[in-house]
Amino acid sequence: MADRMTIHLKIWRQEGPDAPGRFERYTVEDANSHMSFLELLDVLNEQLIREGTDPVEFDHDCREGICGSCGVVIDGIAHGPQRRTSACQLHMRHYADGDTIVVEPWRAKAFPIVRDLVVDRAAMDRIVEAGGYVSVDTGGAPDANAIPVPKVSSDEAFDYAACIGCGACIAACPNSSASLFTGAKIAHLAALPQGHPERARRVVRMVEKMEAEGFGDCSNHAECEAVCPKGISISAIATMRREYMKAAFAGQDV
Amino acid sequence: MILDSKVPAGPLQEKWDNYKNSVALVNPANKRKYTVLVVGTGLAGGSAAASLAELGYNVKSFCIQDSARRAHSIAAQGGINAAKNYPNDGDTVWRLFYDTIKGGDYRAREANVYRLAQISNSIIDQCVAQGVPFAREYGGLLDNRSFGGAQVSRTFYSRGQTGQQLLLGAYQAMARQIDAGKIEMMPRREMLDLVVVDGRARGIITRNLVTGELERHVGDAVLLSTGGYGNVYYLSTNAKNSNVTAAWRCHKRGAHFANPCFTQIHPTCIPVSGDYQSKLTLMSESLRNDGRVWVPKETGDPRPPSEIPEDERDYYLERRYPSFGNLVPRDVASRAAKAVTDQGRGVGETGLAVYLDFRDAINRLGKNVIEERYGNLFEMYERITGEDPYQVPMSIFPAVHYTMGGLWVDYELMSNILGLFVLGEANFSDHGANRLGASALMQGLADGYFVIPYTLGGYLAGMDAGDTDTNTAEFAQAEDESRARIDKLLSVQGDKTVTEFHRELGRLVWDHVGMSRTKEGLQGVLSEIQRLREEFWENVRIPGTPDTFNKNLEFAGRVADFMELAELMALDAIDRDESCGAHFREEYQSPEGEALRNDDDYAYVASWEYTGEVSKPKLHKEELEFENVKLTTRSYK
Repeated sequence: MADRMTIHLKIWRQEGPDAPGRFERYTVEDANSHMSFLELLDVLNEQLIREGTDPVEFDHDCREGICGSCGVVIDGIAHGPQRRTSACQLHMRHYADGDTIVVEPWRAKAFPIVRDLVVDRAAMDRIVEAGGYVSVDTGGAPDANAIPVPKVSSDEAFDYAACIGCGACIAACPNSSASLFTGAKIAHLAALPQGHPERARRVVRMVEKMEAEGFGDCSNHAECEAVCPKGISISAIATMRREYMKAAFAGQDV
Repeated sequence: MILDSKVPAGPLQEKWDNYKNSVALVNPANKRKYTVLVVGTGLAGGSAAASLAELGYNVKSFCIQDSARRAHSIAAQGGINAAKNYPNDGDTVWRLFYDTIKGGDYRAREANVYRLAQISNSIIDQCVAQGVPFAREYGGLLDNRSFGGAQVSRTFYSRGQTGQQLLLGAYQAMARQIDAGKIEMMPRREMLDLVVVDGRARGIITRNLVTGELERHVGDAVLLSTGGYGNVYYLSTNAKNSNVTAAWRCHKRGAHFANPCFTQIHPTCIPVSGDYQSKLTLMSESLRNDGRVWVPKETGDPRPPSEIPEDERDYYLERRYPSFGNLVPRDVASRAAKAVTDQGRGVGETGLAVYLDFRDAINRLGKNVIEERYGNLFEMYERITGEDPYQVPMSIFPAVHYTMGGLWVDYELMSNILGLFVLGEANFSDHGANRLGASALMQGLADGYFVIPYTLGGYLAGMDAGDTDTNTAEFAQAEDESRARIDKLLSVQGDKTVTEFHRELGRLVWDHVGMSRTKEGLQGVLSEIQRLREEFWENVRIPGTPDTFNKNLEFAGRVADFMELAELMALDAIDRDESCGAHFREEYQSPEGEALRNDDDYAYVASWEYTGEVSKPKLHKEELEFENVKLTTRSYK
């Protein structure tokens, strides 16, 4: 059975990228243990609209943990306390009646705040645009079984490809590094024969783009892995470094 | 108006080749003179934008999310069909065609469905080349599994995240073209209107969802790939931002809306748990490969599932449909679940659930195999419900999942407005009255990768590039109307929130235009929808201003359109005096409760024209001709 609960919230409010921000306190009295965390915010927003206050803006879409739209820092942890869980999949049964929860947006230089909990993550798209793909035009592909791919390689590629692009890794990193995000794409494509022809160009361009966008470097804190809702391993970063060294030594034209 | 499907001449197997042999081409040097507006970046829009840019067209791509990678195709779980016949189990292009047209209860166009089956194999080749990590066997070759409505294993998959991997493939192909300067990507834009100049679709009006600014975009053709309208029911498996607005705005500019009452209710979703519930979560159909669906034999059995002995369980799908068992098509499985819960044999707190049990599969194959196949789905289930499906059976119930209806298109995927093409779930074309599992991904990618690159060229070859701009009266009028509508919404300042209205609308549509419909119920709901719509425009309360990031304002515009669409869905369901596929009219059923089709009177596409009055649309019929398959009663027994 669902238990009724009262939840206190301390939420970051900010009207625009250059406006000053502040924490505001709210209380939701008719929360219950079956709700998801975002449904708690829905209930709060309905309450605010009725009171004539602007609701709290937050990004969300699939609410199944796969689109990567949602993402807030909950009590200091990106996506909240439950491991391998995005904010939309966090449920209130993990909280107790009377708890206070602090909610903030992703904070990183490369993620300007749009409004309240919404940030601009376009820099992540630009990293992918720098080389996170295989250059094949539609139509000329050989038969799908023409190149056997060992199951271990394919499974490894999948583990990295599972990244949902939410940005939690960046928000959790003390350096605001995008190394796990970038490394995951590089490691995904490096694990497959289809990704090999462009591997040197890919890693050099993506790493350079990551730096140019204002993301910091990795200093092995592993906070990224701890908050990743898909549990992507920091071995992706090691792969990225290895690929980068190889490309640099080989002196390949990029 | 006569609806010309433009199906090419010749035998079914040769139609697409004949088309390609004779369609006009645009030479490579001329392609760069044309600009194509692509709205939506899901599987259909993403694959179209990338492919057209590769060909040399200038593409402007729009999405409502903050990134093209977040379109709702990302949430598709189970897989994608193709007639590769890698398992050597007897599959052919013909069988995929036949299963799909039969699965759709013979309400789709033969030529379109055959083309889809033909193209299916190239999609898998393309996606593998892009680096999509499909499931593989130890020998390194691709693995397949089964889905509902088929007796072969033709479904390719990436664990339970196939849609994500395919979408990322298309997104990355787009990223490459963005880097090459061939796609201009415009995220956080919502299409609010279509601009028609001299009878041709030449542009769109968008709202910048960050600044609130209204923008004009001009092109030589408009491609709509904006998905389905399942959120008309409020609760559905669709993402929260999925909506009908772009398609509905085109409808109000003259595009026909076809078969709006064909909406798919997916049998395996996590049941509703409370009033605050914001959406429903699907549990992939692939689970029915190994899970067995059952309810207690006795009504109101209070025992937990583990205490109900084998002979007191009713595996009702296996009992009613021995040859397809748990893998009957979605419409059949959903209605069967409704039948047992109507009898009072449902389980859980609300009685609106049935069990999906993996006990036997775990005993037979071991927990590891089940974990390998469905691990992420089991995890998701546990996160939402707090129950471990390795230990207790899942509780599931049908929920709105997909809409077969959509804007009417011809064989070239062009609507009845010249230059307006509609791709993927947004069109009506390939799934008839019911879509089979793993066919949505196939259709979205077929339309975008392999159909539109040919048919768009055929259209553009006949016209001059770039011969209009955004300064015409038509653009000004469309922008003014969009602005006036936003101002009107904000000026109401009533007492009820957008969500309250949406929830109320959803309940009406679910109760009367849902899994089971009656003429009486449908006629009754019309006036209720009209009343709710009137109340909405008098009493909705939207916070904030038009010139900022304002999600409530976005949602308000979408709910306003759903209020109009809902009425059209009911009218379409009233017109169709038969049961077919997902459209089940209680008056038309066999003594065993199976759907009774009426091919003599209803083998047509119901294509609705907007007449200026929402309550009085005009029906046009495209008669479906079946030259290659014999219309039989669908039987999965």
